Amino acid sequence: MGSLVKIFPIKHRDFIHAGKPSIEIKNILKTLNTPREIIRRVAVCGYEGEMNVVMHARNGQIRLELSNTMIIIKITDKGPGIPDIDQAMEKGFSTALDEFREMGFGAGMGLPNMKKNADRFEIRSTPEKGTTVRMEFATGER
Amino acid sequence: MKVKDLKEQLDLVLVAGEAGLGQTIQGGYCGDLLSDVMANATEHCVWLTVQAHQNIVAVAVLKEMAAIIITCGNTPDKATCDTADQEKIPLFLSERSAFDLAWALARSDTD
Ligand SMILES: Nc1ncnc2c1ncn2[C@@H]1O[C@H](COP(=O)(O)OP(=O)(O)O)[C@@H](O)[C@H]1O
Ligand SMILES: [Mg+2]
Repeated sequence: MGSLVKIFPIKHRDFIHAGKPSIEIKNILKTLNTPREIIRRVAVCGYEGEMNVVMHARNGQIRLELSNTMIIIKITDKGPGIPDIDQAMEKGFSTALDEFREMGFGAGMGLPNMKKNADRFEIRSTPEKGTTVRMEFATGER
Repeated sequence: MKVKDLKEQLDLVLVAGEAGLGQTIQGGYCGDLLSDVMANATEHCVWLTVQAHQNIVAVAVLKEMAAIIITCGNTPDKATCDTADQEKIPLFLSERSAFDLAWALARSDTD
């Protein structure tokens, strides 16, 4: 089987549509009979990644790739970048604005939870250019 | 217990997502930090939260929740209700706190 690629745009500060790409990805994985345990982890990672673009970056995208042996989720944005990635990865670290904290965002758990839920997690960021988070989920042979 | 039984037991107001009333509830989660809810809520739970903005429905769909109860007199806007209708996630309102509601639910749940 070849690989499938789908790209969904993410809009900065768009809380109405935020999460919908992750819901669509979840539905695609369900129709392909992906194990529920994997779908649950992909959902957490997709949602947290989307919300980071919505809150902390500017516009971006979430890309789903299905190969024979894994699911790859790649979230890219053209945001301000992350000056200190080690600090951003710490549990509880957040620069979220008060208006987002009031909505229940900004717990500083997004990146740590993405790392925990993905089988492989990579983050790259260039100040003033943007951030890319790439996550792999092993599915075994389809 | 079915979602529709919640309404009477806890004296809730249903504002959206009527199509999901037949779902069975398995457990519950109280939380207002969305990352915490994403990490810890379980499938088919009822979620008790003070949050009432549009994004709570996305969280409920991603976690395959049975229903949301918005607590402490908070109210969602029309867009949130519309999304809940589309996604068939029952959205209830209550003046009571999450603790009060969870306490009442635990005492009344017979099955
Ligand atoms: N895509 C991004 N662009 C710029 N900064 C980011 C991005 N993602 C995360 N960050 C930074 O890393 C911090 C920690 O992220 P996270 O663990 O998801 O917590 P939270 O989103 O709750 O703040 C954010 O507060 C922000 O400063
Ligand atoms: Mg985050």
